[in-house]
Amino acid sequence: MVKKDLVLIGHGMVGQRFLEAFLAQDGAAWDWRVTVLAEEPRPAYDRVHLTSWFSGTSAEELSLCPASFIDEHGIDLRLGDPAVAVDRDRRTVTTRSGQLLPYDALVLATGSYPFVPPVPGHDARGCHVYRTIEDLAGIKEAAATARVGAVVGGGLLGLEAAGALRAMELETHVVEFAPRLMAIQVDDGGGAVLRRKIEELGVIVHTGAGTQAVDVDDDGAVRTMQLSDGTELAADLVVFSAGVRPRDQLARDCGLSVGERGGITVDERCRTSDPHIWAIGECAQAADGRVYGLVGPGYAMAEAAALDLTGGAGSFTGGDTSTKLKLLGVDVASFGDAHGTTHGALDVLYTDSRAGVYKKLVIGADGALLGGVLVGDADAYSVLRPLAASGAELPAPPEQLLLPASVGAPGAGALPDEAVVCSCHNVSKAAIRAAVGEQGCTSVPEVKKCTKAGTGCGSCVKLMTGIVEEELAASGVEVARGICEHFTRTRAELYEIIRAKGITSFSRVLDEHGTGEGCDLCKPVVASILASLGSTYVLDGEQAGLQDTNDHFLANLQRNGSYSVVPRIPGGEITPDGLITIGRIARDFGLYTKITGGQRIDMFGASVDQLPLIWQRLVDAGFESGHAYGKALRTVKSCVGQTWCRYGVQDSVALAIELELRYRGLRSPHKLKAAVSGCARECAEAQSKDFGVIATAEGWNLYVGGNGGMTPRHADLLAADLDRESLIRTIDRFLMFYIRTADRLERTAPWIERLEGGLDHLRSVVLDDSLGICDDLDELMARHVGTYQDEWATTLADPDRVRRFVSFVNAPGVPDPTVRFVSERDQIRPARPAEGGRTLAPALVAGPELEVRTR
Amino acid sequence: MTILHETRPTVATAVVEIEHDGRWKPVCGYADLLPGRGVAVLLGAEQVALFRDRAGLLYAVGNTDPFSGSAVISRGIMGSRGAAPVVASPMYKQAFDLRTGECLDEAATPDGSPARLGVWPVRVVS
Ligand SMILES: Cc1cc2nc3c(=O)[nH]c(=O)nc-3n(C[C@H](O)[C@H](O)[C@H](O)COP(=O)(O)OP(=O)(O)OC[C@H]3O[C@@H](n4cnc5c(N)ncnc54)[C@H](O)[C@@H]3O)c2cc1C
Repeated sequence: MVKKDLVLIGHGMVGQRFLEAFLAQDGAAWDWRVTVLAEEPRPAYDRVHLTSWFSGTSAEELSLCPASFIDEHGIDLRLGDPAVAVDRDRRTVTTRSGQLLPYDALVLATGSYPFVPPVPGHDARGCHVYRTIEDLAGIKEAAATARVGAVVGGGLLGLEAAGALRAMELETHVVEFAPRLMAIQVDDGGGAVLRRKIEELGVIVHTGAGTQAVDVDDDGAVRTMQLSDGTELAADLVVFSAGVRPRDQLARDCGLSVGERGGITVDERCRTSDPHIWAIGECAQAADGRVYGLVGPGYAMAEAAALDLTGGAGSFTGGDTSTKLKLLGVDVASFGDAHGTTHGALDVLYTDSRAGVYKKLVIGADGALLGGVLVGDADAYSVLRPLAASGAELPAPPEQLLLPASVGAPGAGALPDEAVVCSCHNVSKAAIRAAVGEQGCTSVPEVKKCTKAGTGCGSCVKLMTGIVEEELAASGVEVARGICEHFTRTRAELYEIIRAKGITSFSRVLDEHGTGEGCDLCKPVVASILASLGSTYVLDGEQAGLQDTNDHFLANLQRNGSYSVVPRIPGGEITPDGLITIGRIARDFGLYTKITGGQRIDMFGASVDQLPLIWQRLVDAGFESGHAYGKALRTVKSCVGQTWCRYGVQDSVALAIELELRYRGLRSPHKLKAAVSGCARECAEAQSKDFGVIATAEGWNLYVGGNGGMTPRHADLLAADLDRESLIRTIDRFLMFYIRTADRLERTAPWIERLEGGLDHLRSVVLDDSLGICDDLDELMARHVGTYQDEWATTLADPDRVRRFVSFVNAPGVPDPTVRFVSERDQIRPARPAEGGRTLAPALVAGPELEVRTR
Repeated sequence: MTILHETRPTVATAVVEIEHDGRWKPVCGYADLLPGRGVAVLLGAEQVALFRDRAGLLYAVGNTDPFSGSAVISRGIMGSRGAAPVVASPMYKQAFDLRTGECLDEAATPDGSPARLGVWPVRVVS
């Protein structure tokens, strides 16, 4: 049989989705030969998460199309060779490289292009758009030397771009023609709250201002921008983000019908005016006369076209333009009839200007929810959007739906079956329930795989989790909340069991409450609980076998099998002699040194055999373990404070030292970081720590639940203007309550978010003793403080313990020959596979001359 | 396959031997091994990770983690996965069956080579 030719023009998000849907149809791969013309130099990628490229997500990670997909289906993918003409009579496509491709079916998925207002200077050097990975690479390069960035357009993309410029430390301006930000999605009230929040982050917002001209300097590079309100901005980088336009030129050129304001007109099966040509995604004007700029409707069009081409019946008659996003850390959502344009619609409003929260629901004359706007707290979006879309009766009075979740906003149970939970992939609540009830999925990842729900923008995952759990519970399936296959209990439950029964060994926990032999998940958890309940030395007896390698060798494993060593430097304060001692030791052992973010010094490249020798010298000089290896308190960072700083109002260093010494060695579900700032300028970055203290004129403000790392979170103010005693007592209780109730590897930030009742509940527990456990918590902390010992000093005092520090049990003193180093910038670094390198000299004779030369 | 000794040695002087190049080589005292932990053994240019479980059984597998290329398997945490005794690599946490050396999480490393550890016969002599 002769195969028919299908040509797809455009390999973007929707084009890729079309290929997946098309090739999943029975026989499609037999009947059709598929050729894809792509303008971009790489296969389809996730444009929705494009901005994450700036924060380190690679192009490969963004890819939506693994090489295996192309190979498996025998697709002829031509990267970097766009279509330049379509001949509808001959049914051929011409590509830029001059190839002529015949087609039986042609699918256009060419997306949009960014609209650039035709102001003078709009194409000067320093002007950019924001659509592709190449665009972002250009912006990144320009930002390296630029000082002031201006984003033209205060919509969704503009604010994303502004966030990126801000993160690259440019002075950032947003210029928006409309009187408010995100004019399409939010109303005036929401826009005002959004503006205030965004300005707090240091972005300068100009609304009601058009861009009139971009002025260039003598070299043709952007110098200033003129706004219609008379402002002149000294910007040297401009990003145009003033909306997109459908790429319909190919279609116009070959006489296909296009809409008045652009977009290839299609019917509900995504057929164009030519029966051999389909159009999908942002380049098309859908059957309802709209051009959609969101990926969800594009995906639905892709499926409709794929079905139509293979003889099925699919249709796309209109889609949901609801959006929920986090812009510069601010939650923004709008859904349904957000502007209340339906006849007879009325608003219900909730605003909390102090917290920067604005919520509006639009209620129809019959009392049904029609739409809404949420700014600052969009948690309710996942329930409200499907409720609005389903037109079902409200489960509670509208004002209650606007309250924070902790006060009783409705959960997954309130949704009717037909409500669409995932709008990216159009998955209803019923479909999710069926995945559990009928297809036997027993976890959220399985349901994701089976239904695709939650794999688009991800905003529905929380709601989906609720539905899956409800459904599992209803069908009698035990929801596995346990740590691992050996324990059905959570960490918090194990903690209570171990404490109540006074258990002191893993064997007993396992025998009485678990199965099997344990594993690398549950063993360190139990070890940590035993340690925080007061067993003094983490490597005694059976406990030794439970520890991660880091805890086992009291050092941090690095990628080549060597370890790093971090002595404690409380509060980051160290004497010149202390610095010299550390420097000498590092030099004598040939270690690489680096200053850490926690204000101490990390020494890298030590072999197991060297650890006791290094530590003997550190302990002799008065240093002790920094617990960099443990799920434990790391450091209490501090600024220099009132003693020296002209602005300081309290002695932040003294407090940081006191706190660090108090909580050193405290084992917890995850690492703990802390900081103390001596004034509101916050140089110690206390609000990004698990607990942070900021000095006020009256005392100390205590913040909790902050986080750097992968999902940064600002800490919440737990209590203000505390004196020293109440501050310490409150931190004691906060930490012990966390240790007692958090899950395995749960930092304080997600723990607080998960706590029923959130911050208020936490406050009532640790300040008002609402659970009546504060005496217990205080006593546990007193025990910790009273029994603390330096693990390294204890280890070195016992020859049996020191004997464990050998690379080879049958060749003590011989360092691992596979751990090899080369020099770089006058220090060692691990050798890469092809580099050879040399091993460390045997531990005992290491000396400065043997290792890296110093200039 | 690893040869497991059948009876639990009671003698503090019992010695552990690993078969290498067709000969049994003594590597350490049985009492040097902590239940639930491993040690590394250097046999010529080869490195072996030797483990003792809670019940006293011994396992010897290759010490080089195929995912990181580093000789660190002996420093992983022992445990069980279903009925299989396993060690989890301390580097990226994949679990290996201590009886066969097979990786239970991934069949191949990112560069395509099989994800498995060598296995050595091990015994205890009194
Ligand atoms: C920064 C950013 C953030 C976004 N965030 C969201 C979001 O949160 N939620 C949401 O729903 N949507 C979001 N979007 C929009 C979303 O990315 C688009 O809706 C989606 O990519 C549309 O898919 P498409 O395939 O129609 O177009 P595209 O993904 O743009 O793909 C079209 C492809 O066709 C190629 N092409 C064009 N002409 C030719 C030709 N003649 N020959 C060959 N190839 C051609 C183009 O180079 C392009 O690769 C965002 C977009 C951006 C840029």
